[in-house]
Amino acid sequence: MHRKIIDVWVGLFVLLGAAAVLFLALQAGNMSSLSFTDTYAVTGKFDNIGGLKPQAPVKSAGVVVGRVGDISFDDKTFQANVTLDLDENYQFPKDSSLKILTAGLLGEQYIGIEPGGDTKNLVDGDRINRTQSATVLEDLINQFIYSKAAEGKDGSE
Amino acid sequence: MIGFLEAAGRTAREGVEALGFATRAFFNLLRFSPGAFRRPSLISEQVHFIGNYSLVITIVSGLFVGLVLGLQFYVNLIQFGAEEKLGSLTALSLIRELGPVVTALLFAGRAGTSLTAEIGLMKAGEQLSAMEMMAVNPVQRVLAPRFWGGVIAMPVLAAVFSAVGIMGSYLVAVKLLSLDEGAFWSQMQAGVDVNRDVVSSIIKSFVFGIAVTFTALFQGYNAKPTPADVARATTRTVVIASLLVLGLDFVMTALMFTQ
Repeated sequence: MHRKIIDVWVGLFVLLGAAAVLFLALQAGNMSSLSFTDTYAVTGKFDNIGGLKPQAPVKSAGVVVGRVGDISFDDKTFQANVTLDLDENYQFPKDSSLKILTAGLLGEQYIGIEPGGDTKNLVDGDRINRTQSATVLEDLINQFIYSKAAEGKDGSE
Repeated sequence: MIGFLEAAGRTAREGVEALGFATRAFFNLLRFSPGAFRRPSLISEQVHFIGNYSLVITIVSGLFVGLVLGLQFYVNLIQFGAEEKLGSLTALSLIRELGPVVTALLFAGRAGTSLTAEIGLMKAGEQLSAMEMMAVNPVQRVLAPRFWGGVIAMPVLAAVFSAVGIMGSYLVAVKLLSLDEGAFWSQMQAGVDVNRDVVSSIIKSFVFGIAVTFTALFQGYNAKPTPADVARATTRTVVIASLLVLGLDFVMTALMFTQ
């Protein structure tokens, strides 16, 4: 009898641990946002991906429709090759375009997918040609300084 | 001069000797573990003694660590208007570091000491020798079940600590400081990666379980059979196990979280 009571308590103890791990994975971690639905892969080439990382969300109209799969560098064209795993439930026209966007001013980067007007949809293995690179803050500042300098010159003449 | 060299040499030789002795004892323990697993009731008894009785102190400390982290991060984050990040900060610090480390330190104090004292007194009372006389292997019958009991209990306790800590920081952030609940959880989910953070937290606590339980058993088993030395062995358990945990934590953090 005593033996059984101990076993029950040990069982409860181990269950409590399993519940804690489940809580950490589902409520605190990103397990619930990982989709287990089928995906299809499309690739896009970017001149500059900025701080984009694998597992970053792919959004359309602000809704997550997929994840960034693999990022590699192509040394023929000197561009970044980004694979997107899109949810099978969402279909996009063949001439859709990709944009690298930033959540907030200093937030994480994600890919925005803008639907085109083609009647055919993207299928697994397709490549999206229309892409827009990440905005690099340093480039923006440089442009701003140059345009300011040019303005100053115009004024003096 | 000669005397100094002699002392240095002796210290080095004794250090190497102790390390080799501990390693041999560790492999000896592993060698007799399959025998202990053939009697799982012995192990479950130890999980009950080591794990269930450590649960209260683990939950209470986890709760308070979570409460304090919530308050402290809030005070600093509010200066940057970044208090939404509080959820991900507390969750990451609890899961990655504080959960396994603080639990291991508590575990050394709560369970490690009692293991050392128990084994030491068994040895002082010549119970272990009596077992050997009856052809019962004390490593298999006494040490191995305690070892695996500790190794099983430690990851469970660490996971409970982290989970309760996160709930504590939720209480402070959402209920007390009226932070937005949605932002708290969604920032946490964006920051915590299951493979990188939760799995490495479990690996860490598993390694700490091995380190602390083995230190406790080794100190108890090799204590001189006198009341004074059993007392000293108990102290040594806490000191060595705590330092071991902190050192191993640094090594594992360097391996897991640096690119």
